[in-house]
Amino acid sequence: MLRLDGITKIFGGLTALEAVSLEVKKGSITGVIGPNGAGKTTLFNIVTGLYTQTSGEVYLAEKNISRLATESLAALGLVRTFQNVELFGQMTVLENVMVGLHTKSRSGVISCAFKLPRQIKEEKYIKEKALNWLEFTGLTAEAGNTANNLPFGKGRLLEIARTMAAEPQLILMDEPAAGLNDMETAQMAGLIYKIWESGITVVLVEHNMDLVMDICDSIIVLNLGKKLAEGTPREIQENPAVIAAYLGEG
Amino acid sequence: MLQLFLKNGLVAKTTMTKEKREIIIFLIFTLAVLITPFFLRGSYFLNVLVFIGINTMLAVALNLLLGYAGQISLGHAAFFGLGAYVSGVLTTRFGLDPWLALVIAAAVSGVLAFIIGFPILKLKGHYLAMATLGFGIIMFIIFNETVAVTGGPSGLSGIPNIQISSLIFDNDWSNYYLIWTITLLVMLLSINLSQSRIGRALRAIADSEVAARVMGVNARLLKVQIFTVSAVISAMAGSLYAHTMTFISPASFGFNFSIELVTMVIIGGLGSIYGSFLGAAILTILPEFLRILQDFDIIVYGLMLIIMTMYLPGGLISGLEQIAGFIGSKIKSRGGSHA
Repeated sequence: MLRLDGITKIFGGLTALEAVSLEVKKGSITGVIGPNGAGKTTLFNIVTGLYTQTSGEVYLAEKNISRLATESLAALGLVRTFQNVELFGQMTVLENVMVGLHTKSRSGVISCAFKLPRQIKEEKYIKEKALNWLEFTGLTAEAGNTANNLPFGKGRLLEIARTMAAEPQLILMDEPAAGLNDMETAQMAGLIYKIWESGITVVLVEHNMDLVMDICDSIIVLNLGKKLAEGTPREIQENPAVIAAYLGEG
Repeated sequence: MLQLFLKNGLVAKTTMTKEKREIIIFLIFTLAVLITPFFLRGSYFLNVLVFIGINTMLAVALNLLLGYAGQISLGHAAFFGLGAYVSGVLTTRFGLDPWLALVIAAAVSGVLAFIIGFPILKLKGHYLAMATLGFGIIMFIIFNETVAVTGGPSGLSGIPNIQISSLIFDNDWSNYYLIWTITLLVMLLSINLSQSRIGRALRAIADSEVAARVMGVNARLLKVQIFTVSAVISAMAGSLYAHTMTFISPASFGFNFSIELVTMVIIGGLGSIYGSFLGAAILTILPEFLRILQDFDIIVYGLMLIIMTMYLPGGLISGLEQIAGFIGSKIKSRGGSHA
């Protein structure tokens, strides 16, 4: 589904990622873990076109997306969430999800201004679909509220509803459980599982090891910008190099 | 399941009534515009209302850019001036029909905005403010210095009135209905646009450009598009201004007026089309009362801007909505206690 081939990223003199190659299998839940500063978010930013890699290639379902702009990826089925939750704060919860359907609609400036029949039909479709995704994430009751007024946990859910609205093949989640309490984390795990069940490949960066070990079927460990290990949760837990990286050597 | 269905139904229903309410508000506003002249005596007030109409168009145009897409322009008077001068020059020197001149003026302004939009709108925040400010100053210098074409500082006179067969728009009554018909049209189209996927994408860009792009919104192109739309509306307003005043001079299209436009949008309410009307109305009427202050009137605008951004960031329209909501809840609670 997603293949990274020798990704290197150098910021000034700092090598954030060094020749990282990895593959995410279609229909998997893959966890990317590693200590702070390992380069996990940098990796996500490169895949989603927010950063340009110094060298290396990114393939989405065998298509080279290394040089594509961020905004063209959603239409190809690749979306992401953010560590700090990037909502459209002044807009309502429903409108946030409706923006998620941007690539599922076509009307331009002219047909929107003149409310052409096709645009009215499209608008109805967008609203209907958006309401479905609110139901999927359990946010129906919040539809009319301003996104900024949502509690943090629900904000995370809204971000996921918005990405689901783009009907992606692959979702990258940057620390989906950060800032959530135990109950909310369990709900998040359930939701990720539900997304996976609907046939979407999930890649997540996460520090909550219980969550990662629980739901991921494959784990990639990064340390100091290099790939340290990859394998099943069990293999990773027993890998001496991983243990050394987390607990310190010696 | 049933509960979810009911909830869904409820949401759909409230959004339905919201749409209907929008239509009713627009119809009431239109009706008020149509009948207002019958309650006024003398041409002075009508004349002021014509200016309010032109300024409303300009404020709506800037609001699409500033209030929705969150992109500042401190040079919008330039597009207004460009529309006025293209229309004025084409009709006085080349004898073109004013309507045709209006269309050409709008097109010229749109093309210019589209071309400069790509480099300029790459900039953000203060840098964008500086770039648009620079553009406004350059255009002002061109209006002033190309004396052979524009007439320079002494202005361009003898611009013909707009004409539809035998009907000439040369008095306050006909001008009022001409300007306000187009203003209402601009408002309606802008309201439609703001409530569509394009309007949502613009607001998404204003809130989080990176998240908007991740969701597939081509932020760069959309910003240029709305900048172009904004410039086209502004140029139309400029052309109409030229044909109703029949005289234009660079002084009307300088930096001060660009700032006045920004003030209208902020005082009225960012992201509200009716707010733009409110802001335009206040900033058109206020100078009539501030004449006594002469050039110091700009201090009053400055104070208003400071007070608004500190205490009512949503603009006057949000203040009105709060008052309406407060009265509404009072009536409701009173009705409730009686029952």
